[in-house]
Amino acid sequence: MKSIEELNALRRASRKLVALRDGITGTETYKYHIMVCGGTGCTSSNSEKLIELLKAEVEAHGMQDIVKVVRTGCFGLCALGRIMIVYPEGVFYSRVEPEHIHEIFEGHIVGGNPVKKYVYSETLDEDGNVKPLTETDFYRKQVRVVLRNCGVIDPESLEEYVARDGYQALAKCLSEYTPAQVVSIVSQSGLRGRGGAGFPTGKKWSFVADGPKKYIVCNADEGDPGAFMDRSVLEGDPHCIIEAMAIAGYAVGADQGYVYVRAEYPIAVHRLRVAIDEARREGLLGRHILGSDFSFDLDIRLGAGAFVCGEETALMTSIEGKRGEPRTRPPFPAVKGLFGCPTAENNVETLANIPQIILRGADWFAEMGTEKSKGTKVFALGGKINHTGLVEIPMGTTLNEIVNEIGGGVPNGKKFKAAQTGGPSGGCIPASLIDTQVDYDNLISIGCMMGSGGLIIMDEDTCMVDMAKFFLEFTVDESCGKCTPCRVGVRRLLEKLDKITEGKGTLEDLDELEYLCNYIKQNSLCGLGQTAPNPVLATLRFFRDEYLAHIVNKKCPAGVCKALLSYTIDKDKCIGCGLCAKNCPAEAIVRTDYTAPGHKLASFEILSEKCVKCGVCMDNCKKIKAISKR
Amino acid sequence: MKKFSNIPFKGTPEQEAQLRDWLRQNRDMQGVAMPALQKAQEIYGYLPIEVQQIVADELDIPMSELYGISTFYAQFSLSPKGEKDISVCLGTACYVKGAGAIMDELSKELGIEADECTPDGKFSLSACRCIGACGLAPVITVNGEVYGRLVPEDIPGIIAKYRD
Ligand SMILES: Cc1cc2nc3c(=O)[nH]c(=O)nc-3n(C[C@H](O)[C@H](O)[C@H](O)COP(=O)(O)O)c2cc1C
Ligand code: FES
Repeated sequence: MKSIEELNALRRASRKLVALRDGITGTETYKYHIMVCGGTGCTSSNSEKLIELLKAEVEAHGMQDIVKVVRTGCFGLCALGRIMIVYPEGVFYSRVEPEHIHEIFEGHIVGGNPVKKYVYSETLDEDGNVKPLTETDFYRKQVRVVLRNCGVIDPESLEEYVARDGYQALAKCLSEYTPAQVVSIVSQSGLRGRGGAGFPTGKKWSFVADGPKKYIVCNADEGDPGAFMDRSVLEGDPHCIIEAMAIAGYAVGADQGYVYVRAEYPIAVHRLRVAIDEARREGLLGRHILGSDFSFDLDIRLGAGAFVCGEETALMTSIEGKRGEPRTRPPFPAVKGLFGCPTAENNVETLANIPQIILRGADWFAEMGTEKSKGTKVFALGGKINHTGLVEIPMGTTLNEIVNEIGGGVPNGKKFKAAQTGGPSGGCIPASLIDTQVDYDNLISIGCMMGSGGLIIMDEDTCMVDMAKFFLEFTVDESCGKCTPCRVGVRRLLEKLDKITEGKGTLEDLDELEYLCNYIKQNSLCGLGQTAPNPVLATLRFFRDEYLAHIVNKKCPAGVCKALLSYTIDKDKCIGCGLCAKNCPAEAIVRTDYTAPGHKLASFEILSEKCVKCGVCMDNCKKIKAISKR
Repeated sequence: MKKFSNIPFKGTPEQEAQLRDWLRQNRDMQGVAMPALQKAQEIYGYLPIEVQQIVADELDIPMSELYGISTFYAQFSLSPKGEKDISVCLGTACYVKGAGAIMDELSKELGIEADECTPDGKFSLSACRCIGACGLAPVITVNGEVYGRLVPEDIPGIIAKYRD
């Protein structure tokens, strides 16, 4: 493509490829579009097999001109995977098994009637009629800006992206705006960085210094374990990131970009590669893009499993091919970044907002969200929640809405205890604050942080001290070792928590924990150390009683910390079968001389001084349930 | 601490030629050391000292610097993996859903701890961070194939499938 006219011609020609999915009929080439989720979640449960079988059905019926099978990115409802949507009706099939395909194809595609027994139950009304997915609890409150193409287009097809206004924003920038105007639109929109820190994006771009060579870097390291927003964008809509980086390049005057992706995301890397190659072939990357004077190209760099490389300066050191250690700031990357040149570094989700802001205007974007947090935020809902998956909601939605309406509540009738945000750098929101409106500033005011979007839900079976310990183990592992407060200090914190969870803690330990946390926060070199104590501080603040229970009562209320557990046999329930004693590795179970009324054999008891708390006895007593742990 | 393993190096001339070709073609790439080690690991499966030496020679980078890089990043392995590499996700979502018990069960079933290989070289066990399949938590991968929504009782069956 050498001009905007050619881009527009391709858009017109491609509209019919996707119109059906937007509810527009009459122009379509194919009568049915079958969309199969090819995100990491569904691919892991072998959705590829569904595609294979569907294609075979299409062939067997000679329906190649009527049915199109599309592999898409993530639909968001990962808990229901493997997922399949059939247009024009938009029927949502969940937990599809390979064995269902033949029946669905015969019934729905050949026969014209959706096969209701495989349709997601929440999309059926009382009379059994299929209603649109957008009317389910999961989707109703969502607003899709970043995820607008995820699950809607084939991520490996440039035509489908262009058909949904792809590369129009870049064309608009090149033909209508000066670089300074682009920066100012992004500033006015109020967009803040989605990578964790929430720094205003327009401001960041305006800081990029002058120089002969500048770079754009996209941070797709997504190190927070339990978060997969950025991955889903790359898998579902890779061209969007390419377009956004080109716009960023135009705005700050850079002609080269790097996407730094973690190596654990092979599907995302593959789709991004395919997209970059195609964009390059079509002249959307490279020299004189769309006939303008602007040139820009992109490369991918793979991470190799180091959390600290998500930190912007460490990330750049890693792209330079060195040990990914952070550098002191200033100088900031905008002045002296990658290879010593001025660099603008942004998160994937931040960038994914850019094309829409350019196309629909700063005011449109600024209308969504709260006073200081504009737009939407994508969260990866995980842990003890019914609808595990990906949600995009306007800033300011309450945690209650996220957990209980969109997320479908906590499974197995358990009670919601807390939500963990921001991963190893973040904190937690306790049940008492469930009405908090989620935005940058509200979260900070309760000692928490937005983080990149991992939202892990915990129920009464989660021990908060153990959780804090889990995150510290993570940071101890991931500390790069360059500065002492982080390398040594966090390890000391972990030792203290170990002590507490083993029932050897004292009340002085709590004071020392707090002192050490604050010391590490103030004295560490980079964000990793500065935020590492957050999970401890947050749990100390909201769940001090659990720490006290471990220290004073030597009990773990959630029944997680092994050393504090004790297993007991209810002597009146025990039928005396002896299965537990036979399987006990420590020979800690012996027969008593008590026989419960109505039982023939004497019951057993556990000798606490011999018990190693492995739990084997409880497993062996599943039928009778006479053994419990506390 | 990562250590070089004492299992003898068994690289072939073809592997060496493939690596040297790649290195010669890409030696001018900015920040080439990381991609070079990634390529080398892709070819050999791990990074023994002999392989790092080839990279050092071709790129004219001091061995000490390469060693610094290969020991910094978790994904570089200095010792070979088992024929079947089992990796347990210990990301937050998986941890909350009981990944710890899955790891214990695997360790018990295979008789090895994390980061070890069975004496017959068949299985190795490791822990990894979120692989992005949190919707299926808890998950493990066996040579990249994902098993999700696991309970400890599923483990013996999965291992049996790979035993021979
Ligand atoms: C330890 C640490 C890990 C981080 N990990 C990530 C990450 O995985 N992804 C990300 O986008 N930002 C991460 N950040 C934040 C980046 O340093 C940086 O602020 C961000 O990428 C800037 O982009 P934004 O302004 O678009 O948010 C991390 C920061 C720290 C201190
Ligand atoms: S935490 Fe295990 S896949 Fe995400």
